[in-house]
Amino acid sequence: MPRLDATDLRERMARDLPGAVLEAVPLQVAAAPAHGPQPGAFMTSDTLVAPSRLVEAACYLRDLLGYAYLSDIAVVDYLADDLFELVYRFYHVEGGEGLTIKVRIPRDHPEVPSLTPAWPGANFHEREAFDLYGIVFVGHPFLRRIYMWDEFEGFPMRKDFPKQGDKYIGADE
Amino acid sequence: MPLEIVFPMTNEHELQLDLERQGIFLSTVNRFYNWGRRSSIWPMAFGLACCAIEMMAFGLSRYDVARFGAELFRASPRQADLMIVAGTVTKKMAPQVVRLYNQMAEPRYVISMGACATSGGPFRDGYNVLRGIDLLVPVDVYVPGCPPRPEALLHALITLQDQIDRQKLGRVRWYGEGVKPQTTDFPVPTFGAQGLEIDGRLVDPVGGLPLVSAYTSPEFGEMKSGRLEHPEIVRHFPIMDPTVELEHPLKARGVAPEIAADDLKRGEVGNAEA
Amino acid sequence: MLKTEELQINIGPQHPSTHGVFRMIVTVDGETITDLKPVFGYLHRNHEQIAEQNTYLQNMPYTDRLDYFNSMANNQAYAMAVEQLVGIEVPERAEYLRVMMVELTRILNHAGALGFLINDMGMWQTQLAFGMREREKILDLFESASGARLMCNYFRFGGVVRDLPPDFIPRLKELLQAMPAFVDELERLLRENEILMQRAEGIGILPRDLALAYSVSGPVLRGSGIPYDVRKAEPYSVYDRFDFDVPVGTVGDVYDRFLVRIEEMRQSRRILQQVIEQLPDAQGGHINPKARQNVRPPVGDVYARIESPKGELGFYLVSDGSGKPYRYKVRAPSFINLTPLGDMCRGYKVADVVVILGSIDIVMGEVDR
Ligand code: SF4
Repeated sequence: MPRLDATDLRERMARDLPGAVLEAVPLQVAAAPAHGPQPGAFMTSDTLVAPSRLVEAACYLRDLLGYAYLSDIAVVDYLADDLFELVYRFYHVEGGEGLTIKVRIPRDHPEVPSLTPAWPGANFHEREAFDLYGIVFVGHPFLRRIYMWDEFEGFPMRKDFPKQGDKYIGADE
Repeated sequence: MPLEIVFPMTNEHELQLDLERQGIFLSTVNRFYNWGRRSSIWPMAFGLACCAIEMMAFGLSRYDVARFGAELFRASPRQADLMIVAGTVTKKMAPQVVRLYNQMAEPRYVISMGACATSGGPFRDGYNVLRGIDLLVPVDVYVPGCPPRPEALLHALITLQDQIDRQKLGRVRWYGEGVKPQTTDFPVPTFGAQGLEIDGRLVDPVGGLPLVSAYTSPEFGEMKSGRLEHPEIVRHFPIMDPTVELEHPLKARGVAPEIAADDLKRGEVGNAEA
Repeated sequence: MLKTEELQINIGPQHPSTHGVFRMIVTVDGETITDLKPVFGYLHRNHEQIAEQNTYLQNMPYTDRLDYFNSMANNQAYAMAVEQLVGIEVPERAEYLRVMMVELTRILNHAGALGFLINDMGMWQTQLAFGMREREKILDLFESASGARLMCNYFRFGGVVRDLPPDFIPRLKELLQAMPAFVDELERLLRENEILMQRAEGIGILPRDLALAYSVSGPVLRGSGIPYDVRKAEPYSVYDRFDFDVPVGTVGDVYDRFLVRIEEMRQSRRILQQVIEQLPDAQGGHINPKARQNVRPPVGDVYARIESPKGELGFYLVSDGSGKPYRYKVRAPSFINLTPLGDMCRGYKVADVVVILGSIDIVMGEVDR
């Protein structure tokens, strides 16, 4: 079984793909509460890749390291830090732990290159991210809303999408 | 409604039993007609979500709905009498549900199965969830539960059969003259930028309460619809509060803060315009 | 040669094959499929968004409703994610109970799925009634342990909510005793039926390399010949203590996926027998008494995955230090397994679509969430 962990990956990538790996900045996650214990910042241990080099880094994982199984693409909306983080998770078919690469993009201009041309399996993940978060995947062959209807406006999973539900009625008065 | 409607057939029924004992079989047209209806309710095979699994259990070996003459799940709405709305109705699915209902031939009945179909249930707060199918079509029987057990659904079917037994041929809503509000096509909502629309008017916005009122059950009067006023009620759910500590998985520790402070009064009902 | 025109037909969202509200736009040339586009969202009930407004414990019953055929497996994946995030230890006995429940779920799911599959091939209801009959027996066991048939909500952080009732193990043994006969019967129903075999063999082929590129998982991936099973690849819980095999297919057609599921039921039975053997020696109660249920995990993220009956089910959680998850993402196996549907159907007949769909085994609650 291949044994690579997050640190190994960062070192290897920094060596083989100069300029692609970025230094991770701690994230504030939620706005700090006015009083009470402070939650502290979030420092990720995974490899942070420059958005423009994403496809290259992913292909490096697949073709050189053998991590060919793209398991998941998750989007996190860090409202307080004003960025979206995309989490790509890869596995090796022979088993073992997965490797994760992360991409951070500004909230006002959410664009990343699409992995779908290289990885057909990324298709629905990316459409979901587009539908719920409004991330534009440049080069995706069919970037349409997947869950909501086409006429719908807004991206409902963003943290600043208006909340609904009985428990919020009158909450902001 | 006068009370007599609840047991309208008691006397006829006893008389008839008496005669039957003497070997004379009589029936009224009413009773014969209702007997035919109630003994062959064909449901539409129409599952939406988790509740549909229990609906299948209700149809299959163990619970065996064939005992009640309703085992023939039809795939086509044209052949079905009963729509069991089994599961969460999302806004994306809602137009389809209304369209299917419109395609069913009269007499048609609706059972709203589970919390989701009745009110949105656990997913009520979702941006894509319709808060109850009765906003769009009238419902005859509601079944609570998440999911209701197959027995509960059987009970709903029996309740529906009771309702059918009480029908009077002269008064059922699909015969007779004049306006027949519940037999016409129901408006099919369309997708808008902010939520569901009927005739170009927003009826179910994504972030808020629906702007139409629910249809009342056909058993109890005419169709009602119109705009609903929403008193902006301030609500507080202690269980949503992460500060509440649990004693064991099923019980909160200590006394709820409101009870401790003897402050069970909720905020006053505000003015809708405010 | 006769020239035909392409025609677009719409299947669903309400259609008699029993897979929930799923819609496909199929382009056909004559009766041959040239393109197929799935349309989702008819059961998109905002699971993830609602979960981000709930506390961690409140989400446990919501996970039941994700893939409503296997509530126990969903519970386990979520409980594992939170336990990793907070750092909760699970006693050995609780792990065994979890494995027992999840393996029972696997049998239950496959019995149902194969029932639906053959139902879709046109053997109306017979098989389904068989599968459901067997399901009811397992549901009875679940009900005696958790109190609910379908939505068990049985797991808690650090264990399971209550221990087994006294008659559970004898009943389970009885069930396992009777199981091989049922599984053989199920297998014979397809194998010995010439007509059904023609509709299963060589239909909906998903070659090995495509299966990997499409990142499908579970029986679909294994049916295509890749022996990837999270229980073996990255053992979690106590799966490394059991002796079981991972069945794989050779061609990757509907029939292979059918066989893989049949064999998985047998393997689950093997695991269950080992669980029953090892259970009495297992240490600790059914739940870690020190585990708090209204957790407030430290800031961080975690991804935990299990082999659910449908494939790799994972939960990605980000905590901001409060009592509610900041981000709650489900990696839903049914959803991703649908990605190659267009490719799998291309070149086959319209009537095969439903069979191929049935062989993927989807649950809309998980696809749309
Ligand atoms: S009421 Fe419960 S079981 Fe039924 S569809 Fe809704 S969530 Fe599922």
